[in-house]
Amino acid sequence: MRRDIFQAIADPTRRAIITLIALQAMTPNAIADNFNTTRQSVSKHLRILTECELVKQEQQGREIYYSLEINKMKEIDKWLNQFRKIWETRFNQLDQVLSTIKKQKK
Amino acid sequence: MKNNLLFDFTVDKASKMVFVNREFDADLSLVWDAFTKQEILDQWWAPKPWRSVTKHMDFEVGGQRFYAMVGPEGQEHWSIEKYTSISPKSNFKMLNAFADKDEKPELPGSDWDLNFSEQNGTTKVSIIIKNESLARMEQMIEMGFQGGFTMTLNYLENLLATLSK
Repeated sequence: MRRDIFQAIADPTRRAIITLIALQAMTPNAIADNFNTTRQSVSKHLRILTECELVKQEQQGREIYYSLEINKMKEIDKWLNQFRKIWETRFNQLDQVLSTIKKQKK
Repeated sequence: MKNNLLFDFTVDKASKMVFVNREFDADLSLVWDAFTKQEILDQWWAPKPWRSVTKHMDFEVGGQRFYAMVGPEGQEHWSIEKYTSISPKSNFKMLNAFADKDEKPELPGSDWDLNFSEQNGTTKVSIIIKNESLARMEQMIEMGFQGGFTMTLNYLENLLATLSK
């Protein structure tokens, strides 16, 4: 199954996890404390986020800490810019079409 | 052409909504026609070098437009726009879905809400696109990006030519 950053942010719980660990690295237990859900469910979301390379794990003593991969988040903005670009191009083309039609009408 | 025309593009990732606002230096009825008549739509809808080819379009509530984005190598991406509400020269709503060449839609699609208004000869178009998934938005880009990128390269080429004179 394909894993990408858009799949990662498509789920509200995962978006909340991203917001939490953007501020500081956290253990799965500490993350789970913020949700009305089972520990397993949080683990599942963390696994998906890890597979999307949106979070990284770090072992500190007996605990695993999760933190955010900032560069991966930037990919989302880069991607949205492409979308913006399409609309810009499309509308510039429309400007030309409108101006041609206006000239023909005169 | 006026060059102080508004263009803004925002995305709310949480609600998967895209907001596009743009002003045009033309009166309302012309801009409305450009969005609702197939012969004008096909002239600008696809970012070059892609072409928009409408097979049929029935602009009325319950009617639909079946069209393809045709790439420079002849690749075809079919889509359906089904009109769900029309208030002439003010607003129309549609469901947009990718389709196969036999007009079978690939659901889910996205909900489009387009608003038109005129002030002092300038027409403002506000578009709200609500996507079922971000993956679908990604698909929309894959179809149009190549065009936008080529445009940028052409622009750069012209600019370099001018600068070297």
